[in-house]
Amino acid sequence: MTNTEKGSLLFRPAPLLALLLMLGPILAGLLGVLLPAFGWMPVLGQERLTLAPFSDLFVTPGLLRSLALSLASGLIATCLAVLLTIGLLAGWSDTRLLRSMQQLISPLLSIPHAATALGFAFLFAPSGWLVRMISPDLTGWSRPPDWLFPHDPFGLAMIIGLTIKEMPFLLLVSLAALPQIEAGKMATAARTLGYGKVASWLYAVWPRLYRQIRLPVFATIAYASSVVDVALILGPTNPPTLAVQLVRWMSDPDLSMRLLASAGALLQLVVTLAALALWWLAERILSHLIAHAIGTGRRFQKDGVIRWLGALFNIAAVVIMLSGLAGLALWSIAGLWCFPDAMPVTLTLQNWMRHASMLSEPLLNALLIGLLSTLIGLLVTIACLETECRAHRTPASRSLSILYWPLIVPQVAFLFGLQLIAISLDVAYSLWSVVLSHLVFVLPYIFLSLGAPWRALDPRFAGIAASLGHGPWSILFRIRLPMLLRPILTAAAIGFAVSIGQYLATILMGGGRWETITTEAVSLSAGGNRRLIGLYAMLQMLLPFLGFLLAVGVPHILFRNRRDMAPTNR
Amino acid sequence: MPMRRKADNGRKKKPSRATNLMRLALSGLVAGLALPAVAMSGELDVRDWPSVLEKARGQTVYFHAWGGGERINAYIDWAGKELSRRHGITLKHVKVSDTANVVSQIIAEKAAGKQTGGSVDLVWINGENFASLKEKGLLLPMSWAPDLPNYRFADIAGKPTLTTDFTVPTDGLESPWGMAQLSFYYDSAITSDLPRSATELLDWAKTHPGRFAYPKPPDFLGSTFLKQVALELAPDPSLLAKPATDERYKQVADKLFAYLDALHPYLWRKAKAFPDNVSSLKNLLADGETEIAFTFNPSDASAAIANQELPDTVRSFSFEMGTIGNSHFVAIPFNANAREGALVLADFLLSPEAQARKQDPAIWGDPTVLDLDSLDEADKARFDGLDLGVATLKPDEIGPSLPEPHASWMERLEKDWTTRYGVQ
Amino acid sequence: MPEADTSKAGLQLEEINIKLAGHALIDLSLSVSPGEIVTIMGPSGSGKSSLLAYLCGFLAPDFRAGGRILLNGKDITSLPPEQRHLGILFQDPLLFPHLSVAGNLAFGLSADCKGRQKRAQTIAGALADINMDGFEARDPATLSGGQKARVALARVLLSEPKALLLDEPFSKLDADLRAQIRSHVFGRARQKGLPTLLVTHDEMDAEAAGGRIIRLDPCGL
Repeated sequence: MTNTEKGSLLFRPAPLLALLLMLGPILAGLLGVLLPAFGWMPVLGQERLTLAPFSDLFVTPGLLRSLALSLASGLIATCLAVLLTIGLLAGWSDTRLLRSMQQLISPLLSIPHAATALGFAFLFAPSGWLVRMISPDLTGWSRPPDWLFPHDPFGLAMIIGLTIKEMPFLLLVSLAALPQIEAGKMATAARTLGYGKVASWLYAVWPRLYRQIRLPVFATIAYASSVVDVALILGPTNPPTLAVQLVRWMSDPDLSMRLLASAGALLQLVVTLAALALWWLAERILSHLIAHAIGTGRRFQKDGVIRWLGALFNIAAVVIMLSGLAGLALWSIAGLWCFPDAMPVTLTLQNWMRHASMLSEPLLNALLIGLLSTLIGLLVTIACLETECRAHRTPASRSLSILYWPLIVPQVAFLFGLQLIAISLDVAYSLWSVVLSHLVFVLPYIFLSLGAPWRALDPRFAGIAASLGHGPWSILFRIRLPMLLRPILTAAAIGFAVSIGQYLATILMGGGRWETITTEAVSLSAGGNRRLIGLYAMLQMLLPFLGFLLAVGVPHILFRNRRDMAPTNR
Repeated sequence: MPMRRKADNGRKKKPSRATNLMRLALSGLVAGLALPAVAMSGELDVRDWPSVLEKARGQTVYFHAWGGGERINAYIDWAGKELSRRHGITLKHVKVSDTANVVSQIIAEKAAGKQTGGSVDLVWINGENFASLKEKGLLLPMSWAPDLPNYRFADIAGKPTLTTDFTVPTDGLESPWGMAQLSFYYDSAITSDLPRSATELLDWAKTHPGRFAYPKPPDFLGSTFLKQVALELAPDPSLLAKPATDERYKQVADKLFAYLDALHPYLWRKAKAFPDNVSSLKNLLADGETEIAFTFNPSDASAAIANQELPDTVRSFSFEMGTIGNSHFVAIPFNANAREGALVLADFLLSPEAQARKQDPAIWGDPTVLDLDSLDEADKARFDGLDLGVATLKPDEIGPSLPEPHASWMERLEKDWTTRYGVQ
Repeated sequence: MPEADTSKAGLQLEEINIKLAGHALIDLSLSVSPGEIVTIMGPSGSGKSSLLAYLCGFLAPDFRAGGRILLNGKDITSLPPEQRHLGILFQDPLLFPHLSVAGNLAFGLSADCKGRQKRAQTIAGALADINMDGFEARDPATLSGGQKARVALARVLLSEPKALLLDEPFSKLDADLRAQIRSHVFGRARQKGLPTLLVTHDEMDAEAAGGRIIRLDPCGL
């Protein structure tokens, strides 16, 4: 056996391990809700298989509205976020606007959804910051107006809130994919044929780009159709979305509601799949329409209005997000702040001082769990990709879509079942069970963000290195890993941010014993104190932000004299 | 769903006790060969307090308690330090956002067959969550609370809610911790005319459209508001103490829903949206969106002023006929790992020292469960010295504490409320 | 494993055949003596790059390939790439962007050259050979096209290859630079007595190589 083969053998189980780590918990968790959904829950004295939980579910008042809301928020928010991304990329590729947006947006990714939503709510509520800024001078209001926003019955606030949070994700995914499809050359070619800037991009780049970012788009739909925290903060209340309803049932003191909740969890899975199916259908129709439009040969040279609208909406989205966060930051140091004051009467560090002593444990726990799950996720991912490299194999797209399972199956649908199984195996509440449950979500993100740059690395570098007499390990450690240091650290920072943001998994698998900055933030937000919510949102951002800072800073320092290692050239 | 819950009572199985006895006997047999003196090591005798204290030393107690109040968290932190100093017990406050999640966790452990070494040692609880745990046999199956040394100070005679939790007898399965009574508050700089009954509240809402809201049932506080109105409108309040038969229910529900139909057009957002809970209600008042809010902890408003969450012109008021009151407790799950430690913590929380500190609005402001007349002079002085805060009603101002209706009322009212108003 | 046979010095290819999806690309036998430069010419898609990849041992598994490769009489067909001692140059210099010029040369320099000082001296010597004295600490990205090509060649030669494979190494250079680099590379290959295989579609390259020319059809030999 040659050295190469020995090396490959060591890595061969890696893809299987990755699959097991991601899919095992999900399948086990789904099984854990499947049985109660059909009435099987011996601990509650339910030992007969029955459809009763479903018939109870279907007579829930307002169920159809809840379903429609879940579907609509998933589809519309994703659609808007995709349109924003297109608007920016099609109209403004290779411009300063795009570059500065990219720089602004990267750190925004690490902000928890709930914090964004709370910031948004405070900005736009009738008693919120915007109204405060113009009252009473412009409006004459000394009391807030009685508008139904957020929580509007059509879910507009929720949809807009989700859109501005998802746009950065889709934009960054697209920016990462563009170099792989030689977007610049294609668009230039179309422009030399006389097509307008937007039309060139839409015809020549978008169809290929969409193929690359399709799975992230699916993940966005799935997320937006099953999200709980954002829907609670911004969504309608009469009735709420299905996911919110489900969490309420799950926490109803009447224990038999758990059966209803389990049936609801399965329904949530169906709703999410239905949203994906509808999107898929729309994809088909649109691709025919685009093909037809190309066939007409119209050049669409006058696209100035579209371009400026694209810029306007994108800038608005970022400004809204940043001002919402600024509002939260201000609350964390606010003294008394009554309507219609545009600024707090007094500023105080009282909140920060009082909480400083209680922060070390949740911060350290979050750091520990985040580092462990990121490290394992990174090792498994690198092992998978290295196996692929050594076997000279290109990834099948089917294995890629499996990566998205943990992002598509709604968390609420399987985490409860997973907890049950962990307790049965007597492994619940340990550090490792928390780390493993985080890994379910951390691993796919690491894999997805590292996979593309790893595969895009010119294989001739490895060829050269081998012909210079270096074996696979030397190539891995001296060529591939250093050359990919930047994407590796970025993937790690993303994985770490994902781990920091986990709430449900930490609570359920840790039995509440692994107190992290996020579990603290969520339990304190139950108290509705905006100062504390602002403070903890800042802290929740802190760790991921440091991660991203390292991911940018370390390669910058290590490779400060290596021009081709700069981010734009890779 | 509620119907099924009732039906379960008949066929509830109790296999665990027999197997536990068997296990106990076996372990006794094994231990008996070596050390006859500790044959009953698995048994818990609360009356032998010194041995409880001894076993508790070195234990880590996981106390699952709502973590949404920073003052409450700080109080529990203090209790932990005292417990460690006095009894060598480590207290870990597991901050939960919803007590029902703790119930879920205990169920999950039971379902998974985890009979010992459970994750919850003590849980802060009352009402429906207690009823659920009790009914499903998920609590330590013995009457332990009355045997705690400090239980003798509890005001059992004067506070019936200490032994009847939402009409469910506590049977010594939970130990009293604090008292609660519905109380309203407003900003005296903005509002001057105050409604002193549910009927007056309706008139008030008509003249102040959009300035009153109640949390959406089945939120705890929202449901309490329904019960409060129902008690006032009922032809005879004692109807609600009995199970809600169709006939009784109709007499009360018709009046209640007629009242709500009249009230809703004048509510905040015209009742098209409801606040989530007690804290959203407070934020609405702080933002000037509403003018009257309410809470279950009579000193909440004073605490919020001290926290600069509410202006210092906020004051409290109550209804003339009185308001619904209840108690909250701590309970030990069936599979608690540190049972002795949990007992010592429950006893400490009941001590005059801990109770007086808890009632101090500067610390937390939660009313005591103790009978002050039963205390010695030194302990009594701890309570007499407390300043309850500007926005807290004195015991003689808050009015009588009305009993919670029978649990069956809640279920039917919440269900009907959701059918009528849950979808708009 | 057969003993090295000095009578068979050079690079022998015995019945090399490469197929893609059942379609034959390459079918050839060839012997290149030390210091000889053999040119293989053919349009794109004729499989000439696949041939070099097969020789180096990193042909993608989609291809099916057979035949023996002998280097100085030793069968290297089943050896892993790093043990074949075949130096290769591509049309891009492919200097490792994270290493300095000296780092790139050190990566190529055989491990048999031991001692920090001795290695540094060897590298300095190699730089002097290509008229780039003192370039050790430079970032390869800041070099001119010709300098990059010369560093790439120096790197290969430092690894002490027993044969040289050239995969259109001059095609991306300017016309005047191309002639200069070409003569430099060929000169060094002859000087070191390396059997050299050049793959190109440029007649000028073939002419300058001055050796045998083998022409590939679009669909095989």
